[in-house]
Amino acid sequence: MSIRPPYNSAEDALPVAPVIEPGHTYSSVTDKISAIVLTRPTSLGWVAGFAISFTMVMVLTISLAWLIIKGVGIWGINIPVGWGFAIVNFVWWIGIGHAGTLISAILFLLNQQWRTSINRFAEAMTLFAVACAGIFPLIHTGRPWMAYYMFPYPSTMGLWPQFRSPLIWDVFAVSTYGTVSLLFWFVGLIPDLATLRDRAVKKPMQIIYGMLALGWRGSARHWHRYQSAYLLLAGLATPLVLSVHTVVSFDFAIAIVPGWHTTIFPPYFVAGAIYSGFAMVLTIAIPLRKAYDLEDFITMHHLENMAKVMLATGLIVAYGYFYEYFMSIYSGNKFDLYLTQMRFHGPYSHFYYMLILCNILTPQLLWSRRARTNVALLFGMSLVVNLGMWLERFVIVVISLTRDFMPSAWGRYSATVWDYATFAGTIGLFVMLLFLFVRVMPAISIAEMRELVAETSEEHE
Amino acid sequence: MLHRSHIYGVVAEFPTPHQLIHAVEKTREAGYRRIEAYTPFPVEGLAEALALKRNNVPLITLIGGLTGGLGGFFFQYWVSVIAYPLNIGGRPLNSWPAFIPVTFELTVLGAALSAVFGMLALNGLPRPHHPLFNVKRFVKHATSDRFFLCIEARDPKFSLADSSRFLHGLKATHVSEVEDD
Repeated sequence: MSIRPPYNSAEDALPVAPVIEPGHTYSSVTDKISAIVLTRPTSLGWVAGFAISFTMVMVLTISLAWLIIKGVGIWGINIPVGWGFAIVNFVWWIGIGHAGTLISAILFLLNQQWRTSINRFAEAMTLFAVACAGIFPLIHTGRPWMAYYMFPYPSTMGLWPQFRSPLIWDVFAVSTYGTVSLLFWFVGLIPDLATLRDRAVKKPMQIIYGMLALGWRGSARHWHRYQSAYLLLAGLATPLVLSVHTVVSFDFAIAIVPGWHTTIFPPYFVAGAIYSGFAMVLTIAIPLRKAYDLEDFITMHHLENMAKVMLATGLIVAYGYFYEYFMSIYSGNKFDLYLTQMRFHGPYSHFYYMLILCNILTPQLLWSRRARTNVALLFGMSLVVNLGMWLERFVIVVISLTRDFMPSAWGRYSATVWDYATFAGTIGLFVMLLFLFVRVMPAISIAEMRELVAETSEEHE
Repeated sequence: MLHRSHIYGVVAEFPTPHQLIHAVEKTREAGYRRIEAYTPFPVEGLAEALALKRNNVPLITLIGGLTGGLGGFFFQYWVSVIAYPLNIGGRPLNSWPAFIPVTFELTVLGAALSAVFGMLALNGLPRPHHPLFNVKRFVKHATSDRFFLCIEARDPKFSLADSSRFLHGLKATHVSEVEDD
């Protein structure tokens, strides 16, 4: 006689929340999601949120104008810390974008049904984060109007970019990433734009959505090619997303500065990017599902899964920190050893301890199912991780640059009010773009939700 | 009654994807070839029912990717070895490992652009107007919750009366003629 397992199947052991609440039909998902854009009146909360973020965008505009008038001297950067906030913020934003591509491409290839209701706004988040990220290296050049020098174009000077430099790799990686993310997002939107075109009542809306939908009519031959293209895009975006933060990490790892010159950087940067990106997706998803009553579509199942991804990538990041510490001891390199000491005891040690608290200790709560299903706690935790990942980039950029090889070259760095204003301004830009996005585009893919309805109804037949 | 040349075809409406697939199979069995199905989401099994061949999007993507990658690599080679050689400590001018990141990015860029624009071109999009948009029920339901099958007038077997009757016989909930304007 065989020993009976204590439960019959995985479902009995752990009740799994559904990816879509039962009872939905093709028309109910269409109505509910398109109504957010087409018929729902603009709420007071939306106007308030938009107004606040718009004000912050004005702060960004003023900071950038002042920067262009006065030059980068208005920031706290100097020798030895020439990178400062601009690069910290660049790496932070570009990392946040990674979760969107991961959800839309990698989880698509892995056939994870739960990605369906979160992929659209996660992709939008990617685009907006890349837009915010792109601002920083541009303005950090000091003469942003000369930025086209970074692209290879036939100039009268016969000058070409230095293709052996990681900074040029970055230009190509980030611009390719931005372009491919935009294509992926737009291709996903085409069928939904057609739905909006056909459901819009007002003439201008019909015309605008009609132009954007490109005349999509759902023909089976079109779908056939569309699916091939979408699958190929997912397959292309997957190595692309891994390459982007790898190239970003090369900006550091190829240099010989202590604390930067390490082979762990590419995987550890990619894991950190996904970690912060999922934190940002949670930060957006939790208020979004509440404000627009989307709890049927963005269920606890989604929130819990995202929390699990955060926990897993957080552990990889923790391993990265540990490895950095271990390698500095194991290598016996005195510059590396000194840098590690500086992280624990130097003038910026409080940043390092905060980083450990935010990125390693707090997320351990996610082992508990109670914590993963507590929406308010999860929201708070996502903010903590966002902060922690920003601190990580600060620690990497600033501590290493203030303590390199020669004591005579040591220095201090502190950000000025313009550094903070520019950073806050990009957060405003990001939030404002998200507010506009949920108002004019379907925040959840309607066509994919219908597919999900079809699949789940087949299971019950 | 409109003249045959003013008719694009007849379109039938079905409530579920299964009924649509069934109808497509029956229509093909009846000998119709110029037929097309319209669905609010990609329906599994529909391409097989319509006997669609493999499409050319993957091939176009491959060509685009190869062009991007090879073009990217040899462009960097040309810049670094021929157009603007920089002797840095006697290191080789063709330092190919350093060219790989940009080569990779341009491969992906070329492939992604050709996948999307190739797909749109093969689909004949953008095309803002189509005769089917003259059918009110099609506009209302095709991108929402209903599944359509259209027998086009250019099918040699097409006859407005017979084809409409045939589609009614497949238990379509509505059958409408599509005017070509």
